[in-house]
Amino acid sequence: MGKTLFEKLWDSHVIADLGGGVGLLLIDRILLHERTGGVALESLRDAGRDVLASRQTFVTMDHIVDTLPGRTDRTIMPTGTQFITATRRAANEAGLTLFDIGDPGQGIVHVISPEQAIVLPGATLVCPDSHTCTQGAMGALAWGIGSTEAEHALATATLRVRKPKTMRITVNGRLGIGVTPKDLALHILARFGSAGANGHIVEYAGEAVRALDIEGRLTLCNMATELSAFSGIIAADETTFDYLQGRAYAPTGADWDRALAAWRDLHSDDDATFDVDHVVDAAAVAPMVTWGTSPQHSVALDQPVPAFDAASGRDTREAHDRALAYMDLKPGQSLTGLPIDAAFIGSCTNARLSDLRRAAAILRGHRVAPHVKAICVPGSTSVKAQAEAEGLDRIFIDAGFEWREAGCSMCFFAGGESFGQRQRVVTSTNRNFESRQGPETRSHLASPETVAASAIAGILTDPRNRDAA
Amino acid sequence: MTVQPFDRLTATAMPLIRDNIDTDAIIPSREMTSVSKKGLAGGLFAGWRYTAIGGRDPDPAFVMNDPHYAHARILLAGRNFGCGSSREHAAWALAEYGFRAILAPSFNPIFRGNCIRNGIVPVELDAQIITQIAAANPVTVDLIAGTVSLPDGSAWPFALEAEAREMLVEGLDAIELTAKRSADIAAFRAADARQRPWIYL
Repeated sequence: MGKTLFEKLWDSHVIADLGGGVGLLLIDRILLHERTGGVALESLRDAGRDVLASRQTFVTMDHIVDTLPGRTDRTIMPTGTQFITATRRAANEAGLTLFDIGDPGQGIVHVISPEQAIVLPGATLVCPDSHTCTQGAMGALAWGIGSTEAEHALATATLRVRKPKTMRITVNGRLGIGVTPKDLALHILARFGSAGANGHIVEYAGEAVRALDIEGRLTLCNMATELSAFSGIIAADETTFDYLQGRAYAPTGADWDRALAAWRDLHSDDDATFDVDHVVDAAAVAPMVTWGTSPQHSVALDQPVPAFDAASGRDTREAHDRALAYMDLKPGQSLTGLPIDAAFIGSCTNARLSDLRRAAAILRGHRVAPHVKAICVPGSTSVKAQAEAEGLDRIFIDAGFEWREAGCSMCFFAGGESFGQRQRVVTSTNRNFESRQGPETRSHLASPETVAASAIAGILTDPRNRDAA
Repeated sequence: MTVQPFDRLTATAMPLIRDNIDTDAIIPSREMTSVSKKGLAGGLFAGWRYTAIGGRDPDPAFVMNDPHYAHARILLAGRNFGCGSSREHAAWALAEYGFRAILAPSFNPIFRGNCIRNGIVPVELDAQIITQIAAANPVTVDLIAGTVSLPDGSAWPFALEAEAREMLVEGLDAIELTAKRSADIAAFRAADARQRPWIYL
């Protein structure tokens, strides 16, 4: 019987079977950031242990560093400086490659890694960050871990991993015009729920997935963790190889040819079977928005706020009511047209060059509504530079957006900047949890296009209908 | 880090039975103020536990502030507990506060791994059983026997992979366990470097 892509990657990395479904897996790449990586490096050093594969380990500043122009080690987050300085010191002591503040390689870890070909097809990659699943879009086995596991990976270049079950989500057909990978990710969450892939690695497959460019695939895989999946993965293909060739850490010369030959075999065999197989119709996906406090609380923008549905088995009535109360919404209420206070474009989900281009195409020649606070944070310093070379920064600034330095920024509230209490934010990020973007802030997840169209209108707006708004 | 070994615990179980409790709720990012695994218990469930953001005045409506559960060492939770951010601070905060076992219908995988590495037993049980347990205290979690039981004699088995059980019972350090295989790892990497030289920068 054939193997799934995941099984091929697992089998080629198992050093030892530890019994009970646990394997000792070789780790090819470790990524760290100042939020959770510094503590792992310090703890490792305090235990008198070294980083085994220091040249395969990379560190960046993204989570806590400010994104305001002219930033330094000082942060708006009250104690942020110590995260930055401790991580820098520990990374330098261990001899790791660090993309520090001011480095052209700096940016959100899941943006810079594909951008520099740190992640490669067939590689295992870990980072103490749940959105590491993003990088599965490159045909890698990439997953998020805790800091203690990161210490283990640093010290041994291995992890003791409980083998997940396999799930395939096949997306047939093509996404409609104006429907984005983010909408597909939210559609999948609405359908399968925030525990829908718990215990599984999700392979995204099918015509609609194959048709996505790399940045779209990264967006789709980014939200696998919101399904509670072990990770997400997409088989590498010519789109992947074209993207990687010539990037900073990609193999070159004869190594490139050898790698390519190996990577071409890294797909699920035709006769491979998955523990769970789901099919999604791409044509049924519409621009989506979240109404509640979990990414599974997603609906098409033209649908009303849903009433509690016991049959869904997804939420208790209490959880549904609690989410509605937090968001100050009522069942049956229209989401399109809901007034917003702020708009945010950024994060490891949607802050790559193509995201900014598509948002800018909507913003060009428009101004955001006067009462809307609008912020754009490029995913990496490189994305920012490319966007500026194309003049996208002018479009954002002329529309009334703040144009920031690269980082995670207001995707989450760390004690520094906040959108404010009861402020309603339409955001291209990945989590709409209570107080995620600031104490009592109300977050509506959507695509960058929907964020841009809504910012102009001052109300939640389907980007396909923006001329009518 | 040395972890306290776990064999058998009888303690009060605190019910916080909501689905999809995320790690932002377990420990808000704003409560993670230092590069440390310690000093986090005060921030546990801070958004629900206190009357104001950043404050420390207990909200009497939240279960943690009910004196009946002041000595709770077991947490009863809903489905997909610990979803969201991978922040291990969630497990560190729970452990520092004193929770040694969490009973839930399911756990987020990253959070579950973080529990095991910090001496917290993740026990998966059906939602109805957890509701039943919530009505009766104290609760006994026996990791050796693999059971959860109540004073009236009712008991339920639970599954945990041998590797995790061993680590929790012995309080073992995973790095030390793996280091015993360092020769195998070195040999594997050397052979792999010939097959996939582009991985070894």
